[in-house]
Amino acid sequence: MSDLVRDILTGALVLVSAVMCLAAGVGLIRFPDVLSRLHAATKPQIFGLMAVTLDVAVNNLTLATVTLVVAIVLFQALTAPMAAHLVGRAAYTSEHLRSDILIIDELSGRGRH
Amino acid sequence: MTTVRVRLANFASQLPLLAGLVVLWMLLWGKFTWLNLVTGAVLALLVSVVFYLPAVKLSGRLNPWFTLTFLMRLLSDIARASTEVALLALWPRLRLTNAIIQVPLRTRSDLILTWTAVATSIVPGSIVVDIDRVNSTLYLHVLNMKSIAETDTFRESVMKTERRIVNAFGSKEDLERVRRLQSATKHPGRHEKHESEGSV
Repeated sequence: MSDLVRDILTGALVLVSAVMCLAAGVGLIRFPDVLSRLHAATKPQIFGLMAVTLDVAVNNLTLATVTLVVAIVLFQALTAPMAAHLVGRAAYTSEHLRSDILIIDELSGRGRH
Repeated sequence: MTTVRVRLANFASQLPLLAGLVVLWMLLWGKFTWLNLVTGAVLALLVSVVFYLPAVKLSGRLNPWFTLTFLMRLLSDIARASTEVALLALWPRLRLTNAIIQVPLRTRSDLILTWTAVATSIVPGSIVVDIDRVNSTLYLHVLNMKSIAETDTFRESVMKTERRIVNAFGSKEDLERVRRLQSATKHPGRHEKHESEGSV
C-alpha cells in the first residue's frame, strides 16, 4: 500500500472515530432522559472504537496487532450491550424515565420484576 | 457406566466453548506458541471448573455462509445506525420521541435469545430493557420512533435478525419453528400475544 493511500485512510478513520466520540458526548448532554442518554453513551462509541482500532491495524499490519484488535472489538461488542441493559433496566424499574416522550410503552403494567 | 458416558457426552458438548477460551487466550498474547496452547488449555479448564455456570446448550449446527452474511449485515447495521444516532445528537432541532416495544421471538433456545438480544442492542438505537425468558420476548427501548407504524417496522427488523441468527447457527427445531411461524403469520403483531400472556 502506498504511503498516500495509507495517509488518506488513516485520516478518514481517525476522523470518523473522533466524530463518533464527539457525537456520543454531545448526545449525552442533549438527550432528554436516562434511557435516551444510554443510546448516545454506549453505541456510537463502539463504531468509533472499531474505526480507530482498524486504523491501528492498517498502520501496523502484523498478526499480533490484528488478533489484539479483534479481541478488543469482540469484548467491547459483548460487554457494552450488557452494561446498557443493566443501567436501562435499573432506570426503568426505578422510574427514572420521562414517559411523556414515549409514544408507546408495552412493558408497563406487566409486573415489574 | 451410564453416568460416565453422560459425563463424557457433557464434556464433549462443552469442547467448542473450551476451544473458544483457548483461542481467546492466544488472541490476547497475539501469537501462537505451543506453550500458549498448553497454558491456555489449562486455564480454560481451570476457569470452567472454578467459575462453574450452567452449561450452554449449543445447537450443534453451523452454516458458514449464513453466519458470514449475518456478521456482514451486523457490521453494516452498526455503521448505519451509529451514523444515525450521531446525526441525531448533533442535529440542531432535537425533538425526541422514543418507544418501549415488545418483540415476541419465535425461538425457544436461550442461546439464540441471547444472540438476538446482543445483536439488537449492539446496533445503536435500541437497548434491551427487559427479557421474558419463558416467552422468549424482548422488551426494547428504541430511540427516535415517530409513530406506531415505525415501531412495527422496527419489530419486524428484529425478527429478521432473529431469523438470520437461526439460519446461521440455530438448532434444527428452531429453524423449522421459525420457518413455520414465518409462513403462518406475515405480521406477528403484539396484540394477539397480550391475551395469552396475562398470567406471567
